[in-house]
Amino acid sequence: MKDIELIQGNEACVEAALKAGIDFYAGYPISPSTEITELFAQKLIPLGKKFIQMEDEIASMAAIIGASLTGKKVMTATSGPGFTLMQENIGFAAATETPCVVINVQRAGPSTGLPTTPAQGDMMQARWGSHGDYSIIALVPYSVRECFDLTVRAFNLAEKYRTPVIVLMDEIIGHMRENVKLPDTVNVVNRAKPVETPDDHIQYKNTEDLVPPMATLGTGYKFHVTGLTHDEQGFPTSNPTTIEKFITRINEKIHANYDDIVDVQEHDTEDSEYLFFCYGSAARSCYKAYKLAREQGIKVGIMRPRTIWPFPKKHLQGLKHSSIKKIIVPELNRGQIVREVEASVTGIEVIPVNKYNGELFTPQELLDVLKGVR
Amino acid sequence: MNSKILKHLRQDKLPHIWCPGCAHGIVLRSLLEAIDNTGLNTSKTVIVAGIGCASRASGYLDFDTVHTVHGRAIPYATGIKLANPELKVIVITGDGDATAIGGNHLIHGIRRNIDITTVIFNNNVYGMTSGQYSPTTPSGAWAATSPYGHLDRPFDICELAIGAGATYVARGTAYHQTQLTKLIEKGIKHNGFAVIDALSTCPTYFGRKNKRGTAADMITWFKENTITVKANSVNDINQNKDDNSKMKIGEFRNINDVPEFTNEYQKLITQVMKGE
Repeated sequence: MKDIELIQGNEACVEAALKAGIDFYAGYPISPSTEITELFAQKLIPLGKKFIQMEDEIASMAAIIGASLTGKKVMTATSGPGFTLMQENIGFAAATETPCVVINVQRAGPSTGLPTTPAQGDMMQARWGSHGDYSIIALVPYSVRECFDLTVRAFNLAEKYRTPVIVLMDEIIGHMRENVKLPDTVNVVNRAKPVETPDDHIQYKNTEDLVPPMATLGTGYKFHVTGLTHDEQGFPTSNPTTIEKFITRINEKIHANYDDIVDVQEHDTEDSEYLFFCYGSAARSCYKAYKLAREQGIKVGIMRPRTIWPFPKKHLQGLKHSSIKKIIVPELNRGQIVREVEASVTGIEVIPVNKYNGELFTPQELLDVLKGVR
Repeated sequence: MNSKILKHLRQDKLPHIWCPGCAHGIVLRSLLEAIDNTGLNTSKTVIVAGIGCASRASGYLDFDTVHTVHGRAIPYATGIKLANPELKVIVITGDGDATAIGGNHLIHGIRRNIDITTVIFNNNVYGMTSGQYSPTTPSGAWAATSPYGHLDRPFDICELAIGAGATYVARGTAYHQTQLTKLIEKGIKHNGFAVIDALSTCPTYFGRKNKRGTAADMITWFKENTITVKANSVNDINQNKDDNSKMKIGEFRNINDVPEFTNEYQKLITQVMKGE
């Protein structure tokens, strides 16, 4: 690979997955994520790895979970409507603690929406899309390089915590081209495998770190996987204590590891009076607005989560004694993440800025918003 | 209990959840006998199931077992088989699971001719949710969701499979248990996608409401109302008569000249890696 390349966010995702050790990709074409599926079709077979275009998104998600159970590193990519179809199986992956990575290059909705225009309308779907009580990890890149870094991280977190990890891009981030220098090697995490014999192994054990080692199909463990609420051995249960323990553990293994999972970028948050809380393509416009504002002597900072779920509540609460008076939350939706911001802070005014006409934010309009709230 | 099947059961997970008189146990017995007869390595055999009465059997079987979501057992199985072609993958599913919600996946599994053996426990009704009609419920029958008589035409699963290009298709019944074992056995040995339509009974939600008599009557019904493909073809030759009054059972198709998907995939990988 050349030192510096001009590549797309979608392409960076594929490069990252290859570096992170992907073995298996199943997908169904949908804009604006199509390049990811096409590139895997091209790149996996020459490496002796597997690519399959399934009959729909439901089947794609099912196929990667099946492949993951054989010990492989797996991924799929989609956009809003496909992501909706995948939800039941995402819930299955969460309940059965099967590592997998799902890239959602968001487009506008509801329904078929606007296929190749940017939106950030699936922020809540990523968190609450499947039924029942589970927790999820979702990451939000804002640049081509971050598409690479966060996809690698998604694989590592999926393996480490035995959970589906979602990478939420938006159409701008997926299709934007930037000059980037990608690293030759990356840090790779592999899931913990059982050390004990099949007779002694407990597939869903309440281990101290909350993440039990995972046996693989075909290795003699003869374990059972079910989406039904199960006991430590993996078999269906209706015992209230067992149910509660299970639901608590699959949620707590994410929340108890907040410090390891949640990654937030902060700029000038200490001395600022105003703060942009922003992610994805909206954050790109915020950076420019922030620079322009600083040049004009306005004390503004940026808090940009790269992990959106679990929500970076502690980071926002850390602002409690700061000088910040107002938090501006620009989003390409009618206000999804802003509610989480409001619920995380007290005594700071939170101002939503929403755009949902298929266009992106310009730095000038965000600068105008900032000047308007002063 | 027969030692051939006992050793393949997780006995601590029994008794099963099936109603008294349900023929699923007979179909399961055939499946386990077939597995035993073929001498499959039980550590390299994965049973994948969807949702429904039949699929719950996955919990009782002493293999790697994956009880998935409704209708999607075949795509899960496809992921497992493609990711690790060394594994023998068997899908157990019901008529509703395989041909209603999972109908699309069934035809695409068949189209790929991936080496998966699919045994459909076909009792013509949704048993788990208490008796709603399925795609194999006969026209005119009673079901919880067709209280005035059923209007839809039923699928003939075997014809559907043949139409989609399946390379192994057979139908057996819970009455003809020994034959059913052989049909499943041949399906397991077949290198490609095998569909076995295993006719079962639901005395609780189908038989009772449709006045089909006792559980035993329902199973005996298969004896009176089926004809083997072989016997039918003899009739055809001698009397020039296709016996349409009876349901045909036996092996409908067993062809080996269609390439199996994971074999072809491996060939493609080898070819591409060589740079050919």
